[in-house]
Amino acid sequence: MYGALWRGLPGPWWVRLLILLLLVAAVTAALVIFVFPYVDQFVTPQDVTVEQP
Amino acid sequence: MSVVGVVGELFITVGVLVLMFLGWQVWLGNVIDGTAQQVDSVALSKSWNEGSTPVTATNERPDPGPPVVGTAPGNAEKFGNMIIPRFGADYIRPIAEGIGVDDVLRYGVGHYPGTAMPGAVGNTAFAAHRTGHGSPFFDIEKLQIGDSIYIETVAGWYRYVVRNLEYVQPTGVGVLAPVPQTPGVEPTDRLITLTSCNPVFTANERIVVYGVYDTWYPRAGGAPAEIAAVVGSETS
Repeated sequence: MYGALWRGLPGPWWVRLLILLLLVAAVTAALVIFVFPYVDQFVTPQDVTVEQP
Repeated sequence: MSVVGVVGELFITVGVLVLMFLGWQVWLGNVIDGTAQQVDSVALSKSWNEGSTPVTATNERPDPGPPVVGTAPGNAEKFGNMIIPRFGADYIRPIAEGIGVDDVLRYGVGHYPGTAMPGAVGNTAFAAHRTGHGSPFFDIEKLQIGDSIYIETVAGWYRYVVRNLEYVQPTGVGVLAPVPQTPGVEPTDRLITLTSCNPVFTANERIVVYGVYDTWYPRAGGAPAEIAAVVGSETS
């Protein structure tokens, strides 16, 4: 899978590495900005208040 | 490329994603949200100074008299800042009215509607996250007897002093009573209550911190020396 991605990228190895690093940065940014905050509401306890039963 | 190879790489990818989420949940997300809340607070504080730099109050300042008490704002309206030196030299977080998860607690500290306003006789009660969303109360269990809790509003700075900690069930609303855990009693003291989830990273219980009113600093008279660096006041 990642081997196919590497072979599919154009240019010499350092261009491929650069593209790959940019891809990783883009995916990380998307995760931090959109995915993680969305998933967070299901896995992190949100209750910090005392309330009537 | 074998099927097993692809499945293996997928598993590794999922594992890395889970680790990244954990890193975000306990660290990066809090840094991002906490910084945003702090910037928000500093801007609020500046807006109340109306362009001038507040002075730092001296020990010889005149008796400020009974504290000025504001009126309760509308839901999700930001009306104050919480400053707790024990949580860090630059710790300052905004306070908004209400305890809604999406409209208030994501952005800072929430003030329980119906409880006293800061400075009033009775109990002014607040809630904030201890996990995620900037975790304003992440270090709440580190508070010690005698630690300062400052509430800043447009009127000035109210100083409360930590009295004790308590652990209660999520339904333990007695901590919000004007005299905590003593419902129906007419209050004579000015108290503060902070609540958050407990144990940290879970929500089975609530951790509660009580404080007692000490004094207040009218804005015109200058900010407390203990938090001069946070609120940007200067020695006159």
